[in-house]
Amino acid sequence: MVYGVEEVSGVSSGNPQPEIGPIECEYGRDYNLPLEFNLRKLAETRKPILLPGHRLCAGCGAAIVVKLIGYALRGPAVIANATGCVEVATTIFPYTSWAIPWIHVAFENAAAVASGIEAAYKALQETGRLPFKNIDVIALAGDGGTYDIGIQALSGMAERGHKVLYVLYDNEAYMNTGIQRSGGTPMFAWTTTSPVGSVIPGKTQPKKPIADIMVAHRIPYVATATPAHWADLFRKVRRGLEANGPAFLHVLSSCNRGWRHGLEIAIEISKRAVDTCYFPLWEYKLGEGYYLTDRSLQIARNPKLKQPIEKYLELQERYRHILRPEGRELLKQFQEYIDAVWQDLLNRAVNAPE
Amino acid sequence: MLSKLKVPLEKQKVMPVNGDEAVAYAVKQCLVDVVAAYPITPQTIIVERFSEFVANGEVKTQYVPVESEHSAMSACIGAAAAGARAFTSTSSQGLALMWENLYIASGFRLPIVMAVVNRALSAPINIHCDHSDAYGMRDSGWIQLFVENSQEAYDTTIQAFKIAENPEVQLPVAVNLDGFFLSHTLENVYMLPEEEVHEFLGGYRKPVKTYIDYLNREVEYKLDPASPLSIGPLDLYDYYFEHKMPQVEAMKRAGDVVRGVNEEWYELTGRSYGDGVIDSYAVEDADAVIVVLGSSAGTMKYVASVMRRKGFKVGVVRLRMFRPFPFNEVKDLLKGVKAVGVMDRGLSFGSYGPLYLEINTALYYSRERPLLVNYIYGLGGRDLSPAMAEEVFIDLINTAKLGEVKEYLKFIGVRS
Ligand SMILES: Cc1ncc(C[n+]2csc(CCOP(=O)(O)OP(=O)(O)O)c2C)c(N)n1
Ligand code: SF4
Ligand SMILES: [Mg+2]
Repeated sequence: MVYGVEEVSGVSSGNPQPEIGPIECEYGRDYNLPLEFNLRKLAETRKPILLPGHRLCAGCGAAIVVKLIGYALRGPAVIANATGCVEVATTIFPYTSWAIPWIHVAFENAAAVASGIEAAYKALQETGRLPFKNIDVIALAGDGGTYDIGIQALSGMAERGHKVLYVLYDNEAYMNTGIQRSGGTPMFAWTTTSPVGSVIPGKTQPKKPIADIMVAHRIPYVATATPAHWADLFRKVRRGLEANGPAFLHVLSSCNRGWRHGLEIAIEISKRAVDTCYFPLWEYKLGEGYYLTDRSLQIARNPKLKQPIEKYLELQERYRHILRPEGRELLKQFQEYIDAVWQDLLNRAVNAPE
Repeated sequence: MLSKLKVPLEKQKVMPVNGDEAVAYAVKQCLVDVVAAYPITPQTIIVERFSEFVANGEVKTQYVPVESEHSAMSACIGAAAAGARAFTSTSSQGLALMWENLYIASGFRLPIVMAVVNRALSAPINIHCDHSDAYGMRDSGWIQLFVENSQEAYDTTIQAFKIAENPEVQLPVAVNLDGFFLSHTLENVYMLPEEEVHEFLGGYRKPVKTYIDYLNREVEYKLDPASPLSIGPLDLYDYYFEHKMPQVEAMKRAGDVVRGVNEEWYELTGRSYGDGVIDSYAVEDADAVIVVLGSSAGTMKYVASVMRRKGFKVGVVRLRMFRPFPFNEVKDLLKGVKAVGVMDRGLSFGSYGPLYLEINTALYYSRERPLLVNYIYGLGGRDLSPAMAEEVFIDLINTAKLGEVKEYLKFIGVRS
């Protein structure tokens, strides 16, 4: 599959023009909403896609991530959500927090459901039955629904070239079912299925490089983001929506229940994840390569800014065992792993200093 | 009579096709927006033919060549929820892989149509016909229709969209055709001009309207940015049960809709299949009646006709609709019959054949309850020869004569 410049499916090429219906849509009928960085203006002019009243835990990173994504929409959009904390906590019947169309089908198939929605809108558009110039389709899933049980559907969606922005909110375990390990759980982290025992020190395998796996699919756009670096996240959401094909956004999403940290530090923890290069910020554009962004670019330019990994780990009880004196060897291994992955990224990044 | 038909036979095109192709041609004429499917023998020809229609620009359908059947059903659910007319087809392992999504498609009340080309389930792996796959989805909330030949496969595929999308129904429909016996066997099939099919279906799919309290208005049930619905919320013990009741009610109404569509089809094409729900042969004065699904009905009817000529009072009931199950109709039809043999091409291990269990339930409240025997036959594609069919009838006649059932569960055509 080759991706050219941005072209919204079906709008060009003399297709029948859709009739514009009588009911107002909050997001208009077009896809030209400006990207707003003035927070006050944003708060005044944009309704969040996730309304108050949801039951995500106080201080949950995912709620912030979802809201931020909503602020970067360019027009009408729908969300296909995988089973997980966000799905469960935002819709308990008879309530819903969603201000845009939303569907949840099952755990492993958000990408396949999104593929079907995208195909449907294409069919409606090509036969003059879609009363919008474009509807963006967003898949939203946790790490379990992405790295593990959902990777087949995700890979298929990417390979087939559906114009879908897939957002992974990565809280690094199956939180909805009570903090079990996933392919996205980092090494040495405690979870209820990678407990810290007298023989095994938490999870023994490192985190699967999911965003690089998506880069390997040669889709037009892949990026990483955190809710702390919100302007960077806004830009990446927008680029993902504008990509002419599948886009993948990997967002680190802290979970105070599973990571064992205070309720008020979701943003601080996200900052430290980037400052320690545990979670570098980058984007990948097909045909151009990897670009470091935001704080990670600053660190690449000024390596003195890079913090030791303890700065990130020390806020989280799930790593308590490797911060104890007996865990020193594991901590060293962790640091070496982080350094190697960071160096690897520096080697690849187009905009990293020589 | 035929001259009164809307589309008399001479205006229908005869095509020599196999059962799979008959389905593919039917889908081609149904203004389907999205087809998402994955190949599996013996269903593969459907997806192959349909991809050709797409490749040649003969349809405007979006064809999604998914990476699994799980995704096929997921994509159909997404597409149908977005307001599209969606179709898929599968067999055996593919249907088994879809399992959790089958319940979601019906729970969401999405009028998806699926051709199930019946094939045995592993292990041991086997590509040939039995009904284990279809029986496996019997509790999933889908309407299940079984066809006897490829003409009926064509006709029923078109009818299925009309049944599924009926506002009183709004349920997914599975059209079952026997693997290889139908899917790979050439037959002359009469096809309608495409415009006639469009007219029959009322054009493109129109999602039903429903009142949504949080929007405070009636909206089309679909993912529409102008009326943002949340489809598929978490629903706990305080509401889930109530939300299952409309499914129960819709199933109750489906039988009449299937019958109505069968009648309409008759007026359009001159073809009908019994009353749409049950297609019976020589049951009226019969002493011994066989109940069966799918293509074996042809063999059973043929053998019954031969035996009738020899003076045996035998008949055949072919159930065209397995879900919802026509309990009352079956009960009335089999009233006064001395012995009923239920032929199941599949069984529930540790129990009986699923069709037998239904017939048993139907007859329980009958005052003149016939003797009832379950014949398991044809597993893994084992042929049902006319000689075997005759044996079954003879066995049933002997049971009737004896006045009691010696063995309730019998296996036909299996080596010891
Ligand atoms: C097929 C299937 N297997 C297991 C489950 C149980 N389950 C529901 S959510 C979940 C974990 C979700 O984890 P993740 O995707 O990381 O989302 P999170 O809850 O952490 O936000 C599991 C295992 C399920 N719903 N479906
Ligand atoms: S368990 Fe974690 S991810 Fe789930 S709602 Fe609570 S804080 Fe958020
Ligand atoms: Mg998770």
